[in-house]
Amino acid sequence: MRLGLVIDLDVCVGCHACAIACKEWNASGTIGPLSDYQPYGAEPSGVWFNRIRHFEMDVYPNNKTVNFPMSCMHCEDADCVTVCPTGASYKRPEDGIVLIDQDKCMGCNYCSWACPYGARELDRSSGTMKKCTLCVDRIYDQELPVEERQPACVLTCPAHARMFGDFDDPDSAVSRTVRERSGYPLMPELNYNPTNQYLPSRRMPVIPVDTKPKGGLKASIKQFANKLVRR
Amino acid sequence: MHPAFSVIFFTVASGAGFGLFSLLFLADMFKLGGGFSQWQLVAGGLIAMGLVVFGLLASTFHLANPKNAWRAFSRFRTSWLSREGVFAVVFMPLALIYLASIMFDAPLWLRGTFGFLTAVLAWITVFSTGMIYACLKTIRQWNTPLVPANYLALGYASGSLLLLLGAVVAGLDTTPFIAMSALIISIAAVLKAIYYFWIRSPGLTPTINTATGLTRAKVKLLDTGHTHGTFLTQEFGFRIARQQAGLFKVIVFVVGFALPGLMLVWVFNQQGGQAAAIIAVVAGLAGAAVERWLFFAEARHVVNLYHGAQRC
Repeated sequence: MRLGLVIDLDVCVGCHACAIACKEWNASGTIGPLSDYQPYGAEPSGVWFNRIRHFEMDVYPNNKTVNFPMSCMHCEDADCVTVCPTGASYKRPEDGIVLIDQDKCMGCNYCSWACPYGARELDRSSGTMKKCTLCVDRIYDQELPVEERQPACVLTCPAHARMFGDFDDPDSAVSRTVRERSGYPLMPELNYNPTNQYLPSRRMPVIPVDTKPKGGLKASIKQFANKLVRR
Repeated sequence: MHPAFSVIFFTVASGAGFGLFSLLFLADMFKLGGGFSQWQLVAGGLIAMGLVVFGLLASTFHLANPKNAWRAFSRFRTSWLSREGVFAVVFMPLALIYLASIMFDAPLWLRGTFGFLTAVLAWITVFSTGMIYACLKTIRQWNTPLVPANYLALGYASGSLLLLLGAVVAGLDTTPFIAMSALIISIAAVLKAIYYFWIRSPGLTPTINTATGLTRAKVKLLDTGHTHGTFLTQEFGFRIARQQAGLFKVIVFVVGFALPGLMLVWVFNQQGGQAAAIIAVVAGLAGAAVERWLFFAEARHVVNLYHGAQRC
């Protein structure tokens, strides 16, 4: 199994609900707490496993805002695991989830240096590195109904921009979607082979916004009349 | 990258210690300048080991959870950080056996064998220190073979200056020590110059386009999504102005390489005596510390592409 996420950049509205749901679940999860520093102060900061950035693609008038949620990519060749001197970082062979053993981590920050995606954040209160667990304490929970055995971010997304599944199964929903929508990994040139995939914008016809009538006075009167009739 | 002072102190001190110990072995084997006495060799060796131990202890200060530091020896097979720790620890007993064989007049083959093993291990340890940084694909300025080469050259340069000071204090013929120091400092300066030249051009690196996968148009950051700094901005957001970096490079070359070089000439001409040798050591170490600070300050992690950088 190779579990991971698919994030649909065409659909994501940038509401940060996934980040909030992630924080809510994981603050009391196996790796919690996710410490906040000055949450109500002048310089609020803290540990988050999921962060959403907002980019602008192209220039006016062809520009488009792209909301960009990012969490751990659970890479196939995860350098964060390779460089860890204590063995606290590990990748589970059975499902490919990259985790940190909080009892072994010495907080040297080296794994965060090795991660190009900024997925790892040091919790200054516990002195250990923390990261997305793909809600490992949720997706295998037999107490939950089957449809709820998914990461908190996926369940909460109001736009259904996130999908969770097994990339090793070519017929899984995530594999099919990535195939059909030309999903891609981030920074493939670094050869980390990230599991998470991003779906680009769909090609949609441009909706004309020019409301000025063409064809002079006659067309203007016609359009005005049409509007009147419709009312 | 945020320059952590404990790491700067560690790499400079342990580099100098390992350099001093290996060169001490050479001075012992070839009886440079007439040869140090037994006690002088032992004292020099202990000072070198002291620098290494001091550096290793300082390195634990940058750990957020030092109680687990002992576990750092466990991933020897994959992690350069782990390897460095293991090699540094293996170095200690070998170095002690070498010093003991000097003190108790052990047969020359025993003394030579352990001296050689210790020197090789010192080399490997400093190489591992360099590889900690050089193996990171995320930082273009570090991901080059010049990094371990620089670490080795600077460690040995500092060590050679310390050894020269020892030779001056011991009243030996300083000429071979000056020659050795001059050669190593020149190599270190040239390697550093190549490094600074090399990292100037951006090369083939990730850009904001490959980082987002939006490769068909210009991309710019609108919003980072956080109100204040995060761990990522604190750790990787540090930036140094180009002019300031240039100034620091001048300081590295003037203080770290030119001034010790000048002092070598003074010592050679019997001017200044011990003071010149001390100035050479202090300047060499200060230059190495500035170089190390700049090494961190100039490093640009690719995660900055998600915080507004167009390329790293």
